[in-house]
Amino acid sequence: MPPIVEIAGLYKSFGETQVLRGVDLNVEPGEVIAIIGRSGSGKSTLLRCINGLERFDSGAILIKNKQIDHDSAAAMRELRQQVGMIFQSFNLFPHLNVGRNIMLAPKLVKKRAAQQGEEQARALLARVGLEEKFDAMPDRLSGGQQQRVAIARALAMEPAVLLCDEITSALDPELVGEVLRVVESLARDGMTLMMVTHEIGFARKIADRLIFMHQGKVHEMGPPEELFANPRTPELRQFLSSLHS
Amino acid sequence: MIRTVVNLDFGTILVDWRMLAKGVAWTLGLTAVSATGGLALGVGCAWARIHGPAWLKAVTGAYVELFRNTPFIVQLFFIFFGLPAAGFRLSPEAASILAMVINLGAYATEIIRAGIEATPRGQVEAALSLALSRMQIFFHVVLPPALRKIWPALVSQIIIVMLGSSVCGQISTEELSFAANLIQSRNFRAFEAFIVAALIYLALSIGLRRLLNWLGPRFLFGD
Amino acid sequence: MVEFTLWDILRNLLLAARWTVGLSLVAFIGGGLVGFALLIARLTPSRGARRLVSFYVQLFQGTPLLIQLFLAYFGLALFGIQTSAWTAAALALTAYTSAFLSEIWFGCVASVPRGQWEAARSLALTFGEQLRHVILPQALNIAIPPTVGFLVQVIKGTALASVIGFVELTKAGGMITNATFRPFTVYAAVALIYFALCYPISLTARALERTLHAAHR
Ligand SMILES: Nc1ncnc2c1ncn2[C@@H]1O[C@H](COP(=O)(O)OP(=O)(O)O)[C@@H](O)[C@H]1O
Ligand SMILES: [Mg+2]
Repeated sequence: MPPIVEIAGLYKSFGETQVLRGVDLNVEPGEVIAIIGRSGSGKSTLLRCINGLERFDSGAILIKNKQIDHDSAAAMRELRQQVGMIFQSFNLFPHLNVGRNIMLAPKLVKKRAAQQGEEQARALLARVGLEEKFDAMPDRLSGGQQQRVAIARALAMEPAVLLCDEITSALDPELVGEVLRVVESLARDGMTLMMVTHEIGFARKIADRLIFMHQGKVHEMGPPEELFANPRTPELRQFLSSLHS
Repeated sequence: MIRTVVNLDFGTILVDWRMLAKGVAWTLGLTAVSATGGLALGVGCAWARIHGPAWLKAVTGAYVELFRNTPFIVQLFFIFFGLPAAGFRLSPEAASILAMVINLGAYATEIIRAGIEATPRGQVEAALSLALSRMQIFFHVVLPPALRKIWPALVSQIIIVMLGSSVCGQISTEELSFAANLIQSRNFRAFEAFIVAALIYLALSIGLRRLLNWLGPRFLFGD
Repeated sequence: MVEFTLWDILRNLLLAARWTVGLSLVAFIGGGLVGFALLIARLTPSRGARRLVSFYVQLFQGTPLLIQLFLAYFGLALFGIQTSAWTAAALALTAYTSAFLSEIWFGCVASVPRGQWEAARSLALTFGEQLRHVILPQALNIAIPPTVGFLVQVIKGTALASVIGFVELTKAGGMITNATFRPFTVYAAVALIYFALCYPISLTARALERTLHAAHR
């Protein structure tokens, strides 16, 4: 099977600051990728480029063999149906209840019938352990619950790959576990995942491949056990030791 | 005769530049005086609305509501045409200034009061513990940070009053719109005259905003 | 000379006040529609449209409404369009209102967090869908109190139409003054009628503001 995501020679700068300097990366279907690295190393920017929230300067990103083309609205709409994204700050729509948060995009984009949309939403809520919250407004939920709804909302579009950008960073420590368990179950079910995370233990447990980003590049990459056991570069070594202290 | 756009003639307006300049001077003078007076009035009334006795709170409250909920032109006409009937006669210029001061004062009161009420209680308590008097606290502890916070809103309001001063031409105060009106009544180039006036007002409001944004931090609440 | 009773004065003013209300409604509704179109133009990714709308807004916010009324009155005539004071006043006040409302609303839209746009975008919603289903419903909540508050400015603004000869409340006040020589009474009555129109609206705007703040807590 061909890779789901192919990234080649990706460059991106904000004004003077070069943020991505030649990222090359392929992601296979069903693969779980954890991205680690210092703050400012370009992890978020990379994910945002992959689902087209950010334009890039040069290089190429292919999703299921299709090139990202910012000039074609139809192509971008197609792309974003393939690529789901979960944000650090949840970004649930505060004026819609949980069920309608989930059903909105399928209704508009996939023209899903109301009945079918609701069945799907309820099933997804059950999957993230929130079946009783269909009618709740987002501001009535805890952070962990909101993030689980956000996951259900992204899944409702049946994406081929799910991007998670530090999705537990805004949560109180006691709420992190419930969100990670959902992500873990997705991984087990064969979802292709790319997640930026500071939960090193978690990354180690579920990731097929660990990527260490440094100064806008994939600095080191490999199976988690291998990277943790013997980091090849001083940068990764230093990063890992800074986590333990 | 139907004149077309091609026939616009700004030259005939600009030859009367002396009248325009005089109008600008009056507009700026009216604005300067009423901004000063209006702000002082606003500070006083804001103090009264927060710390004054109940009757004073009621009076200032009524003043603010009355003047914010009636048109400036009616206020001006009442002062200029109405008050003489009650034995209180004013020149056009004095009536204009009075109307502008009172009008700005009403808005400034509300803006300043909101700024003061947003000042953290802890600062006042700290000042009280330093044995400052109520007045000292108001002018040295509460007012400066409040003014800094609301200065953009006050600047906008002063510009609104400056633009509003164009109405004063209606009682023949010789400000900018009066000058434009006078010019067009002589050469019948009304559209051109008011275009020129509009552009000058636009420049004045941009310039005034810059000036006040520069002045505020330097002289009013000292940075 | 005919004697005018206080009731005569009030009755005539109230009759004229209908035109104040009418002009206000036309300007507010027309200005709302145009202002909404301007808002959308300003929100599109097109930089040219954004600039143009900002310029339009600055033009109307940086010049006196009185001059705008003069320009509409004399400008329409210049284009050979037969103008009545009503047409010119309605046109100028609509344009004026549209500029202010679009600016107010733009501020409301800008206060919707960026993450909302991004979440909507990442769910493959089109620009129109993002606006319609995600951004505008949230902005609308915040927009209602200042919009209602601006209606007061519109009503007060219509008083300037008297200067180009449109007979509304203020102009009627002037005419009645000329007939009765009782400027004090007449202008006091005029002011009170404006107050009666505007004050309830101001109170409503303030109450709406309070409920909004309470809901956000
Ligand atoms: N919208 C933006 N405008 C300007 N600079 C940005 C923007 N987004 C990110 N950056 C800069 O790009 C760099 C990388 O940011 P980011 O991708 O968020 O890093 P990470 O997620 O690894 O912490 C940082 O230096 C950041 O300041
Ligand atoms: Mg980041």
